[in-house]
Amino acid sequence: MALLEIENLHLAMRSFEGEAHVLNGIDLALEQGEIWGLVGETGCGKSLTGLSISRLVASPPARYTAGAIRFAGQDLLRADEAAMQRLRGRRIGMIFQDPTTNLNPVFRIGEQMIDVALHAAGTDPSILGLQADASRSARRKAARALAIHMLDRVGIARASERIDDYPHQFSGGMRQRVLIAMALIGRPDLLIADEPTTALDVSVQAQILRLLHDLVLADGLTVLMITHNLGVVAQLCTHVAVMYAGNIVESGTTRAVFKRPAHPYTRALIAAVPTARSVRGRLQGLAGSVPSLIDAPPGCRFASRCAAAQADCTAGTPPAREIGPGHRVACLHLAEAAP
Amino acid sequence: MLRFILRRLVLLVPVLVGLSLLVFAISHLLPGDPVALAAGPQATREEIAALAREFGTDRSLPVQYWSYASGLLRGEWGRSVLTRRPVWEDLRIYLPATLELVVAAMAMAVLLGIPAGLLSAIYVNRWPDYLSRLASLGAISMPRFFLGLLLQIGFAMELGWLPLDGRYPLIEEPPRFVTGFLTIDAMLALNGQALMLALLHLCLPAFAMSLSPLATITRMMRAATIEVLQQDYVLTERALGLPRRLILFKYVARNAMSSSLTVIGLYFGWLLGGSVLVETVFDWPGVGLYATKAIVTQDFMPVMGVTLAIGVVFVLVNLLIDILYGLLNPKVRLQ
Repeated sequence: MALLEIENLHLAMRSFEGEAHVLNGIDLALEQGEIWGLVGETGCGKSLTGLSISRLVASPPARYTAGAIRFAGQDLLRADEAAMQRLRGRRIGMIFQDPTTNLNPVFRIGEQMIDVALHAAGTDPSILGLQADASRSARRKAARALAIHMLDRVGIARASERIDDYPHQFSGGMRQRVLIAMALIGRPDLLIADEPTTALDVSVQAQILRLLHDLVLADGLTVLMITHNLGVVAQLCTHVAVMYAGNIVESGTTRAVFKRPAHPYTRALIAAVPTARSVRGRLQGLAGSVPSLIDAPPGCRFASRCAAAQADCTAGTPPAREIGPGHRVACLHLAEAAP
Repeated sequence: MLRFILRRLVLLVPVLVGLSLLVFAISHLLPGDPVALAAGPQATREEIAALAREFGTDRSLPVQYWSYASGLLRGEWGRSVLTRRPVWEDLRIYLPATLELVVAAMAMAVLLGIPAGLLSAIYVNRWPDYLSRLASLGAISMPRFFLGLLLQIGFAMELGWLPLDGRYPLIEEPPRFVTGFLTIDAMLALNGQALMLALLHLCLPAFAMSLSPLATITRMMRAATIEVLQQDYVLTERALGLPRRLILFKYVARNAMSSSLTVIGLYFGWLLGGSVLVETVFDWPGVGLYATKAIVTQDFMPVMGVTLAIGVVFVLVNLLIDILYGLLNPKVRLQ
């Protein structure tokens, strides 16, 4: 059984202009130990997919109109807030984009980490290595020791001193390390990383990616890595899912998708990545723009920008078909789209 | 931290010099002759001149200012023409009375306003929010003296729960004068009953006074909390499973409190200066009443003394606020 299974997830978001169908039938299954990259352009719904797993999308305005999110067999769309709170930080960890704004500025980092550890230990006392009836001060002490250990693991030098520093005393990359330590302190099974390196400069990005990679392998974590950087996916992920306007248009192993991209959007995306051979000033883009998701036209949402589009493309949402082992593509005209 | 406090205390000096100059200039620019007023309508020219010599008003203005300013440092704050007593001694009695009232009022405003604003933000656009917004709008719109009268009618005359006015029952012997703060003096004298009486007398005037800062703090806290709730770190805290209560009352509240703190400092000075409204209604023997009487009789020295004293208190309170601000926000502390 897959650790995380998203099935036909539909999410509508109320806005001033009307209801936008932001997620339009997401299907995704993450097996234990897989590292998935979820790629797509801004606004395609990849972050919302991640937040939906942790049930952190405010509703209203959001409304799940169909589908299921099963985590270790439990349907999260039907779980209550208390049940979700037991999962968050304990079995599902999250990291976000901007490390400068994701740490509470007026608390020492240790204080925040200790609270997360104590909370996770509330569900699973073994995290602190203590009996369930341990005293308050003993638990706090153990949580602090664990926080120092985690800071050490993510490469913060002199962790036992730095634990009492405030976030503004750390650089951006260091803050992201702290956030990673915080997300992993409850020993989660699933890590959702929402653009964890986007806000960092390039040299730091590489360090953070390497760190994530090492930690994930060491702990056997399952990861959903949300990003728009195909390079990150290529380096880190075992699998990739490409999203466009609320749909997953193509998914499979990173090798298969990158080697034999089948969906016209995936091809355009890969073609748009500048390489050493690209001519200066000739960035390859994609004509047109994403359709409005309010009263979105029926059928394939990419049809209006697709060179291979035909009349039947706008008739109904194209179903995903398997074109290789685990390689699924949602396009009616694969043969025509092939170069 | 100590250096920060010392530096702020040194900065107090030019502020006070400026303040004393300003007060001195304004009171001497006012038309009318206080000495003639004090001497009475039947006084002869010679009698007025003698009185002027006694008070020193026959000398030139710079000389008068110099003797005034150097006297300030020696604790000689001049003499009231009206009460015929040193201003310093009057202030020793009246200033603590007003300070006690203002501190009680601010304590009420903070203790009620911070939670009210938090709740309002948590239940934004639901009935607790509407209730608190309506109440704070009403509180801001209601004049303090009018509210004072209503409170007197309701709680003192109709219900009889609380004393009508004054600081202490006239027939009772108050605790020995040490600080001038009745509550503190009662505690120093280990007199529980006196403390109770002092607190009961504080209730109504302090509440009347607290209403507008209470409303402002509630609204500030509401706005700040709504803003903080949208910050990324709140999402992270939720994503890592921290319980809602812990997030709200620990992590969010501390971030949202800074803006209210500034308002608290400003209101403190505002209440001190405007204390006469409440003091009149509740017959509270404070510095507001004292200053008002001095103003209408053109009694310079008390007016200057009160202004200076309020100035000093205001600056000190804001120093305290700055220190608290540093405690709340570590970034401020290090700069």
